[in-house]
Amino acid sequence: MKMNSPFWRRFARNKGAVAGMAVLLVVAAVAIFGPLMAANSPWDMVQQPFLRPWTEPGFALGTDTLGRDILAGVIHGARISLLIGVVSTVVALLIGVTLGAIAGYFGGWVDAALMRFTELFQAVPSFALAIVLVAIFQPSAGSIVTAIAVVSWPPVARLVRGEFLTLRQRDFVQAALLAGQSTPRIILTQILPNAMSPIIVMASLMVATAILLESSLSFLGLGDPNQMSWGYMVGSARTVLRQAWWMALFPGLAIVLTVLALNLVGEGLNDGLNTRLDGRGR
Amino acid sequence: MSAAKQPVLEIAELSISLPKGADRALAVEGATLSLLPGQTLCVVGESGSGKSMIANAVMGLLPRPHVAPTGGRILFEGIDLLQLGEPQMRELRGRRIGMVFQEPMTALNPVMRIGEQIGEVFDAHGAVPAAEKRRRILAALADVGLPDPEQLIDAYPFRLSGGQRQRVMIACALVLEPALLIADEPTTALDVTTQAQILELVRDLQRRRGTAVLFITHDFGVVSEIADQVVVMQTGRVVESGPAARVLGAPRHPYTRKLIAAIPTGEAQPPTRTDDDTRVLQVQDLCKTYKSGGSLFRRGRSVQAAKNISFDLRSGETLGLVGESGSGKSSVGRCLVGLAPFDSGRILFQGRNLSQGEAFRRCAAGKIQMVFQDPYASLNPRHRIGAAIAGGPIAQGLDKSEAMARALELLKLVGLGPDAAQRYPHEFSGGQRQRIGIARALAMRPELLVADEPVSALDVSVQAQVLELFAEVREKFKLAMVFITHDLRVAAQMCDHIAVMQRGEVVEYGETHEVLRDPRHAYTRKLIDAVPKLSSPGEAMAVAA
Repeated sequence: MKMNSPFWRRFARNKGAVAGMAVLLVVAAVAIFGPLMAANSPWDMVQQPFLRPWTEPGFALGTDTLGRDILAGVIHGARISLLIGVVSTVVALLIGVTLGAIAGYFGGWVDAALMRFTELFQAVPSFALAIVLVAIFQPSAGSIVTAIAVVSWPPVARLVRGEFLTLRQRDFVQAALLAGQSTPRIILTQILPNAMSPIIVMASLMVATAILLESSLSFLGLGDPNQMSWGYMVGSARTVLRQAWWMALFPGLAIVLTVLALNLVGEGLNDGLNTRLDGRGR
Repeated sequence: MSAAKQPVLEIAELSISLPKGADRALAVEGATLSLLPGQTLCVVGESGSGKSMIANAVMGLLPRPHVAPTGGRILFEGIDLLQLGEPQMRELRGRRIGMVFQEPMTALNPVMRIGEQIGEVFDAHGAVPAAEKRRRILAALADVGLPDPEQLIDAYPFRLSGGQRQRVMIACALVLEPALLIADEPTTALDVTTQAQILELVRDLQRRRGTAVLFITHDFGVVSEIADQVVVMQTGRVVESGPAARVLGAPRHPYTRKLIAAIPTGEAQPPTRTDDDTRVLQVQDLCKTYKSGGSLFRRGRSVQAAKNISFDLRSGETLGLVGESGSGKSSVGRCLVGLAPFDSGRILFQGRNLSQGEAFRRCAAGKIQMVFQDPYASLNPRHRIGAAIAGGPIAQGLDKSEAMARALELLKLVGLGPDAAQRYPHEFSGGQRQRIGIARALAMRPELLVADEPVSALDVSVQAQVLELFAEVREKFKLAMVFITHDLRVAAQMCDHIAVMQRGEVVEYGETHEVLRDPRHAYTRKLIDAVPKLSSPGEAMAVAA
């Protein structure tokens, strides 16, 4: 993508979004390359327990109750948090966009049936449903992704349906119908590209929510037992919060920073993709 | 009328800047005009000529700081409005200067009663006792010719038609008896018969109260109905000004001459005689009803959009469907192309009976095409022009490179260069987009073209060019055309036959020149009378005197 395109100009006008993008790039780099460079495995007991931060060289963030390196935990946690956030969002988008597009395009009873189905999921408290799903399927990366995707697609479906309902009435769609283009072709090439902007913005916010959900699940001990994650670290620090603040603080900060960055980027994308914003505002 | 009268509004050398990156530096450049009490000054120009900017500058409504006056003066009763602060402007607005906007459907607050909205004007300019306020609101509503003001004062806007809402807006603007009324395209969004009524109302109120009116419009027909003085604007400059009779009768500037020449004359063309007797389209007893809001327990509202419509169309012929908004003409058009299902009746295309919905479109195989009203909505903003035109033929199984070649050829035919194929719709003007829309329809090699108000969103000079293009391609491709329009002048110029529609029924059908010369139905006569005509110089002189 060209760096001087109108999209980037509008995106860059939002300073918060640029900062968020920078933070996100750092987190992504840590997630990809960090584990290769981290000195210790996050599971190994490498020092005495309850080591305060900045007291021992090589253990900048201290150790936890079992003497495991917290810095290594935070670095490894970045990978699993981002991975689960992104993959579960992609899965949720696949479900949501498909159902929303079909409901919005065909309307009538198809729409009514699909929307009632969607409401079924919206009526159940999403976090409770996620807990139940993970508990049933045994905690693992796969089951967590599934659980998060299953609870977070309904808003996507509603958004996409709304966009499709208005876009399908547009004259260019009617023209495509008259030209004899097939239904999948009209949905994919005529309508979907025009509905992309709000979907992209929503996706960036969904990644943030998914990371929070994953952390919450891990906090409750429902995380993947083979993966060190931020939520798990905060959860295991809960009992010793008053003696060892650093054990909860650093993974907690990692969560806050990542989620905040994603939200800022989402807002920037909203500005960038909104062509009507050109030349005014901010 | 004595020439010694002080002008109410005097604009001298007004310049208004545009933000950086706009297509020109100044929206208005050195505009000068003056308006005497009791007179109407029409500011005429095409879209983008800066005419609305002048109105907004007078009202202090410019979106500063991006668009701001950079020079000149606006003297209202001797005070320079550009020197006034916001509080003083607020004092003037409503009390001394009233304004009426273009879009009556959105100008009223939908959750406020009519009376309250007019009452706000009193509240903004000092306290008036409630009983006195109500009496004056009732008087104002009666004054603009609204029926039953006692009922209306407590009604919500949704009960009112567009024309009635515009009357409320005028009542709102005039309730404090301002010295100046600014009307920014107040009739553009209305039907011709409603437009005629509103123009009559403005004239009448002006006669009784002596209000000066600054009237912004793009329609020379409206100008000749209402103007005493005319100012013609082109890309921000005043190119001609003077008394209406003189400007309309003997325009000096070439641009004014071009605009006046572009107005459809309304003179009927003699019908084309084709030896070809194959009937492309036969419509028999077409009925279409819209139902809405119904459920298991409640009967929905139903609107009959088409009632027993029948007509034939031969190749090379054009049928005009004429009517006001809500007459069902667009619904018939959508049935004809298969975009809307119909209830009963038959549509035969080249002798074959077409069924409903998808089967209809498959059967027609793209040989029935449509040109849409809004050139901004009819092209996919994410598709390049070339792909948009070639998409149809490709869907019908034409080779990709062949389809692109056809697209380029058609772009040339509609007067656009081959480089247009690689560009996106937002890079084109309204008129160019409409040409692209025509090219896209022609790419399917259609036998029948349904054009739904294809020129009503365009400026007059562009409108004339697009109509010419329609006539040219009709000739070239031996097209049968159904031309849907609300403008009788356009229909007269384009069509061999006319069907006048009212509330879903064809009330009059016949050869264009016969219908126009000798209308038999009362509604047709009303439509013809309501068309604003460019009066001949002699008549205009008589009006001005």
